[in-house]
Amino acid sequence: MSSISPQEIKQEFLKSKMGIAGIIILSILIATSIIAIITIPVETFQEWNNPGSWISYPKVAIPIWVNYFMTEKIPEHKIYDTPNIQTNSNGEIILTSHQFGVNFDYESFPNDFIYIFSSEYVDSPLLQMSVIRPDGIKLELLSMALPYTNSKTIHSERIFSTDNAINKNLSLQSEKFSFNLDRLSTEDIVFSKSKINEPLKGNYIFLIDTYSINSKPEIHESQLIIGGKAFGIMGTDELRRDLAVGLLWGTPLALFIGLVVSIASVVAGLLYGVYAGFKGKKTDEAMMRFNDVIYALPALPFLIILSVTISNSIFVMVGFLMVFGWVGIAKVARSMSLQIKTKGYVDAANMMGQKDSKIVLKHILPQLLPYAFASVAISVPAAITTEAGLSFLGLGDPSFPTWGQILHDANTFGAASRGLWWWIMPPGIMIAITGLAFVFIGNALDAIVNPKLKR
Amino acid sequence: MKRYVATRVATMFGVLMITLLITISLVGSNMDTILKQGIVFQVRAEITENPAIADSFSSVEEFETFVQNQIDQRHKILGLDEPWYSPQRIGFTMYKILLLDFGHATFLTSDEGSSDVKDIIFEKLPRTILLFTTATVIISIIGIFLGALSASKVGSMIDRITSSFAIISSSFPVWWIGMLMIFLFSFTYQIFPARATPDIPSSDPEYIGSLLYHMALPLITIVMIGFGSWAYLVRNFMVGIMQEDFIMAKKTIGVNQKKIIYTHALKNAAPPIVTILALSLSGSLGGAIITEAVFDWPGMGRLYFEAITVMDLPVIVGATYILTVFFLISIFIADLLYGYFDPRVRTGQ
Repeated sequence: MSSISPQEIKQEFLKSKMGIAGIIILSILIATSIIAIITIPVETFQEWNNPGSWISYPKVAIPIWVNYFMTEKIPEHKIYDTPNIQTNSNGEIILTSHQFGVNFDYESFPNDFIYIFSSEYVDSPLLQMSVIRPDGIKLELLSMALPYTNSKTIHSERIFSTDNAINKNLSLQSEKFSFNLDRLSTEDIVFSKSKINEPLKGNYIFLIDTYSINSKPEIHESQLIIGGKAFGIMGTDELRRDLAVGLLWGTPLALFIGLVVSIASVVAGLLYGVYAGFKGKKTDEAMMRFNDVIYALPALPFLIILSVTISNSIFVMVGFLMVFGWVGIAKVARSMSLQIKTKGYVDAANMMGQKDSKIVLKHILPQLLPYAFASVAISVPAAITTEAGLSFLGLGDPSFPTWGQILHDANTFGAASRGLWWWIMPPGIMIAITGLAFVFIGNALDAIVNPKLKR
Repeated sequence: MKRYVATRVATMFGVLMITLLITISLVGSNMDTILKQGIVFQVRAEITENPAIADSFSSVEEFETFVQNQIDQRHKILGLDEPWYSPQRIGFTMYKILLLDFGHATFLTSDEGSSDVKDIIFEKLPRTILLFTTATVIISIIGIFLGALSASKVGSMIDRITSSFAIISSSFPVWWIGMLMIFLFSFTYQIFPARATPDIPSSDPEYIGSLLYHMALPLITIVMIGFGSWAYLVRNFMVGIMQEDFIMAKKTIGVNQKKIIYTHALKNAAPPIVTILALSLSGSLGGAIITEAVFDWPGMGRLYFEAITVMDLPVIVGATYILTVFFLISIFIADLLYGYFDPRVRTGQ
């Protein structure tokens, strides 16, 4: 083994296209992780398994960018939460009006529409919901009194388009349409042309008027959702979760798992192997037999049993992966240290009476560092894919949205058979890209450290 | 050589025992709980079936003590009165497992309906071996030829394509590619079945044909992902050997390039290649767990997966044992082959 100086390694590395590609991908991934940590609050991903927090999102929605490639645009799922608020008072009666401008520009009807509000009031205000369509027709949708209270209380409600009252109100206005409204769902009527039952494009205004007497109701939340089949950059899954959040958060998690496992196993393997090789004789024999034992344990079955019986927490899992990770490196490190041991300067240090630990740390380990860096890079993908595989089997930590976890959910809900490609493709591609970055770096380093591969 | 074989055998046996011990200690307490619950159910069921027993007692306490006595009696017969970690019980369990007596499965059964873990395992094992051995053989044949080819033309188009394909394919998880393949070739283009379990009973003469048809998609997937890294491995060994002096000498004499590669170089690259072949055969058995779960291939891997989902502990212990035995045998063979090819290993240099 010839020793290479760090400068030479750096120079050689910068010459290799593969290594640079790896570094570029890795920096993109790190940037993504930083963005994920900064922009997506930690609470969001802790809510990953709480269906309540995803309720206003659509089920299995396709990513919105698909619309750029489609001639027939898929209706987007839109959430409007900044209404235009107007307050008028006419004597005792106070009118609070929330207006939502909706630009509808699709070839098919939306799935549904939902109005979510929560307001604080006394007495029993009247809520009226109506829509002004692009063709000027105004449809009354709903008129209802909020439940009576005599002290100030907060009332929250969701008004769904499937509400019977809305349907009834629309059938009373059937003269505005020249086709039969029976058996049509409300969204198919509201967003329809008046002559034929086809989607009408243009700007709609949804009006929610609250009439109250004497006191003005305080509206805390006011949201209009026009349900569609496309949402977000990465779409959503069966449980209405925004896959972009899961994929983004998966990046720092995967990097964490991969790097911690590989660095710790390489360090442990190096120290173990070098010490065994340096000591030699009985110590070496005993240490290598122990190494053989761990090496011969079937890793995946054991990881499965361990995660089932002990804990499936992500941190414990990292520990288990390390237990199986250091073995191979220890073997190589031992044979390398056997070679270095015979060099003159090690003998000299020995004769000068330096401590074993000092010889190992100062004279032998530095020689192995290039190899160590290459092994760290090469063993990262294995750690990531193993964790993803365990998660895929449903043995992962359910509280973290790792890529394997997303794929597990996809498999459970039969994403492949239902053609939900946006649920299957991105997590796998992310795993592969992350793996690729490290494989590139590792191979570039390996080619420098192992001159035999060069030619 | 004898000493070498002897130490290897001893190590392997030691590993087997340690694996068993770890498995038992990991699942032992759960196994006892499940057994004890089973006994309680059994006793209660017997009493409800036979109302005369319950009627013969005058007070509730008397009845409860009777039930408790019954349960204790059965615990004693099964040796459950001692904790699972007592040396006798561990020794006994290990002895039974060594003789392939894994007991009865709690939930799972074989296709014939037997709940004996041994029957279940020996029904699934051949299918896993069929799929993964076939795949490994195909992978290694393609890999060796492609590797030798790219080693003979280092830097050529073929070499670069092989190397980049190897690097790219090795970072994709097989099971993910499996999901994509199912998505593409079972649902989008309906060529292959999505579930790899044959739908006709195994007694039917057409069973083998059906099995092979169902095997196609998993086989293609495994080969597709596997051969690249094999070719790359073989290529790297060969490139190393091609730089050795004796090959250089052959070249200078004027021996034809093809002959050098396929006889001299490949022969010298054989030891590591054979070793890796043996290791990857056994490694594929472990990797089978996820792949079989994706393709629903009725082998050991899926059995293992099912056993974990329903926590069928006797099956888990049995399957882990069999997997370990196979793993150890192939490591052992790999070691012996390496020692045979490379005398330096034997003498412990």
